[in-house]
Formats: sequence, structure tokens, C-alpha cells
Amino acid sequence: MSRLAAVGVAVLLIAPAFVLSGYHLFQTTMLAVYALAILGLDLVTGTTGQVSLGHGAFYAIGAYVTAILMASFNWPYWATLPVAGAVCAALGFAIGLPALRLRGPYLALVTLALAAAVPQILRAKALETWTGGAQGIVLSGPEVPALLPLSADQFLYLFVLAIAALLFLAAHLLLRGRIRRAMAAIRDHPLAAEAAGIDVAAIKTRAFAISALFTGIAGSLGALVVQFVAPDSFEVMLSIALFVGLVVGGTGSLPGAVAGAGFVLFVPNLSELVSKSAPGVVYGVLLVAALFVMPSGAAGALRRLVASRRRARPDTA
Amino acid sequence: MAETADVLVLHGIAMRFGAVVALAGVSFAVRRGEICGLIGPNGSGKTSLFNCISGFYRPQAGSVHLDGRPVGALPRHRMAALGIGRTFQNLALFRSMSVRDNILTGAHPLGRSGFLANALALPAAARDERAARQSLETVLDLLDLRAVAALPVGALPFGTAKRVEIARALIARPKLLLLDEPACGLNHSEVDDLCTLLLRIRGEFALSILLVEHHMSLVMRLCDHVVALAAGTCIADGTPAQVQRNPDVIRAYLGATPADARAA
Repeated sequence: MSRLAAVGVAVLLIAPAFVLSGYHLFQTTMLAVYALAILGLDLVTGTTGQVSLGHGAFYAIGAYVTAILMASFNWPYWATLPVAGAVCAALGFAIGLPALRLRGPYLALVTLALAAAVPQILRAKALETWTGGAQGIVLSGPEVPALLPLSADQFLYLFVLAIAALLFLAAHLLLRGRIRRAMAAIRDHPLAAEAAGIDVAAIKTRAFAISALFTGIAGSLGALVVQFVAPDSFEVMLSIALFVGLVVGGTGSLPGAVAGAGFVLFVPNLSELVSKSAPGVVYGVLLVAALFVMPSGAAGALRRLVASRRRARPDTA
Repeated sequence: MAETADVLVLHGIAMRFGAVVALAGVSFAVRRGEICGLIGPNGSGKTSLFNCISGFYRPQAGSVHLDGRPVGALPRHRMAALGIGRTFQNLALFRSMSVRDNILTGAHPLGRSGFLANALALPAAARDERAARQSLETVLDLLDLRAVAALPVGALPFGTAKRVEIARALIARPKLLLLDEPACGLNHSEVDDLCTLLLRIRGEFALSILLVEHHMSLVMRLCDHVVALAAGTCIADGTPAQVQRNPDVIRAYLGATPADARAA
């Protein structure tokens, strides 16, 4: 049964490559990218309880590492991903160190400052040789391997899907044992966590690092999909959007990250359809409505639904 | 390492918060395998002393030795691995987790596997998880928590939640268990159960227990050894009967003794 379900999910995930095309396939690819970015944020904010309003910065840096390595150093696209991940993990670890002294809203503000600073650094004159300044960098998309009968868009989707699936699997494995318990213990009661033998500082900084790694690789994939990076794409609103996605999707849940990505990706367009003059208002109303209907996010709503089904049919529980 | 007769030795512990002296040089020892009660009126420094032992406070003077090894300067998350387990005066459970996960979290210091080993499902991660779950079974039975193992801790009655906290400390197999007012908030029959439980824990886990307690009848019934604090100093150290008769203890609790009244 569970093997059948796994095959079903795999078919469902691969199908868009052959069913959708053009803009719709592009959007589905970006859905996977944002889901991965939100999953990264979830590891530090949802699971460990350290609020980050600056994950757009890691997304931007991941994107730029890929863009610079490809444009200035002629690296193959796939080889840039581990570098982007490593750079972001190192940076996340470094941010995690001062974050140890900051709690709640203070940490949120510091990470917000990071998100505000990164686009400006990317525009800096001194780095223009690599970053292209305000103009950014135009990339050529990955080439389809010669033997595969796929279009460039199809290949790109499947490549992004494969990387995202691997990282989701890694997150799933990480979040089923002692590390998830340690992270959640720190979020729930840091003193009791220490008394239980958990090195709070070590877990927090590592959580920040792995979180930045996930979001950084998402940025890297995003650069491959959009084939263009510029500071304007990575303003503070990106960080806020990821945070919104996390909250709407529901923290501490892998499917929640996908649901949140759907909100981040589609609701702004939907708002634009409803009102051309004030899409922000519509977005806000939809956001409030979503949180009113699902106070613990889409993931929480799903959990409750499953639980009530189980209660209704105890014989199948 | 040769086992010392005393599992815990405190020497001259002093702790000051600004002008307030919480502990003014406290020394005593907890012998291996005994249940030691720490009593004293409110504000006598019991909880401060507890926090010094478990590494939550750094005393300004004095030393803490566990099994003959100084532990005063170590970071507090190391205490669990060294063999000091503790509970808190007010419940300190991980409220988002089930009873089972709360207890398993206590097994953290028994494992070695980190982020990488877990994310890649390396054998070390599986080994840690298997060991933790084995220890969990023993503790669930001993503390009678099997029936509630899957419940979220928020759903538990107070007395059961306290047992979860003890279970979380026990799963790491401590040499010394520190209990901060374990009987606080329990009713009569629950206090009786606690008494039986602590004796059983001491027997099965071969550990020593140091407990802070206001509940005098529990202390007198349970403890092999009682230490009384007043105003940050140790005023009595002996068997429950000796401490109960000690005039300083009576004075600290009641304000005056019949002897004082006669002398006045």
C-alpha cells in the first residue's frame, strides 16, 4: 500500500513535465523552488523557533553563487549547487552565532536587516565585475543531455524536482529522530533542553546553517529557472513572502512547505486578477482569511482533518 | 575510576545576587545510593543551591564534585552526560511533544549522531534511535506511563506530568537525580505513590537522589539523610530524626523553641 502510494506521488510529481507547458510548467517549477526555500526557513523558524525574516538573503546569495560561477567562471550549472549550498551554510552558521544572544523579535529584526542589506551589497560598485551591479546577470539555461528526449523546460522541471525531492527526503530523515527532538526542545523550553543534555548553542547554529543551505540551494535552482539574477528580485519582500509561506503552509510540516509555496506563488497573481489597482489589499485579505480558516496553517488543517476522519471511523485507525 | 563513597561533594558554595547573599558557603555530601533531602524555609537558598549543582548558576566560591571530579566550570548541557539529571520546580516539559518524545529527548546525551548522520540516515543515527527507544520501554514501565505515551503532554494531569519529567531525567541513566519539590501540588495519595516510586527508582537504577522538599512528612519518611538550610547556610546535617530534633531547625521553621522561651 505505501509502495503504491509512493509510486502514485512520484507519478503525480513527474506528470507536470508532460502535461503542462510554457508558463504553467515554469510556475510549477518555481513552486518546487519556493517549497524548498520555505522548507529551509521551516527548519530554523518552525522547528527550532528562531524567527528569521531574512531568508531571502540566503536565497539571493545561492542564486548569485550559481550565476557568478556560470557567467564568470564557466562552471557547469550542476556543479554550482553544492558550492551555493556550502557558501550559504557557512553564512548561516555565522549568522547563527550572534543569533544565540538574540531572542524572538530581536532576532527577527537582525535577520530583516540582513535581508535589507544583501540587495545593496549586490549593487555595490566594488563587486560589479562579478555581480553585474544593478543590471544583474543573464544566464543560459541548462542544456538537455543529448540522450534525453526532453524539451529544455521539461528537463529543467525534472532537474529541480529531483534536487528538491532529495532535499525533502533529507529533511524528512532529519526530522524524525533525535535532532528534531533536540530542535523542538530548544523551541519549547531552552532551559529544560539544556538540563536534558542538549547543547543548545551547537544545535541552534547548525540548524541555522542547514536552513540556509536549503534556502540557498533553492535560490540557486531559482536562478537556473529564471535564468536571470538582479538585486531587484531579492528585496526584503522576498524574505517576507517566504515567512508568509511558512505561516500559511504551517510550520514543522513538509507538505506545509509546498502549500505555503503555492500561496506565495499564486495568491499575488490571483490578487492582481481580482483588482488591478489594489492587489496588495486583496492579498492582505486573502492572507487574513487563510489564517482565520487555518490558524495553524494548511498543515495544521490537514492534521485535524485526518484526526477527525480517524475518530469517525475508529475501525480503520 | 574507583567509586568514591560520596557521589556528590559540595564545598563552600557561595552565591550572591547583588547585595543579597543566597548561599554563604554551603558544604555537604550525598553518599552513593542514598536519598538526601534538602529542607529549609522559603528563601533559605535551596533552589539556588540546586541550580549551582546542575550548572545553571555559577557559584562565586566553592566547588562541586561529582564522583570525585570537579564539575563546577563545565557548561550545563554537559551535566546530563556526566550523570546529573534534574526536574524543575514548575513543570518544564516540551509542550509541543508527546509524552514519548518528551522522554526520548532526555536520551539525547546517550547518542552521538548529528545533523549529517541523521539527514543521510547513516547507521549511527539508527543505532542511537534504537538505543533510545529501548531505554524508553524500561522507563515507561517503571513510571507507569505506557498508557499515556502517545498523548501530548499538555493533556496530562499534573501528577502524571511530573512523572514524565522524572522519566525524562531517568532515561539518561543519571548517577544523581535532582528533584525540585517533587511533591509540590500533589494530593495525599499521590504523595504516597511518589514515595513508593522514588524508592523503586533508587533500587532499579542504583542512583542517588537529592530532593528539595517542603512536604516534611515525605522527607522524614523517604530520606536517609537530611540537610537543612537557613539564610544560605547549612544549619543541620544528619539523619531525619537528628535534623528534626535540631534546635536550630526548629527555630528556623517556627521562629522560637520552648528553650528560647524559657531563656527569655
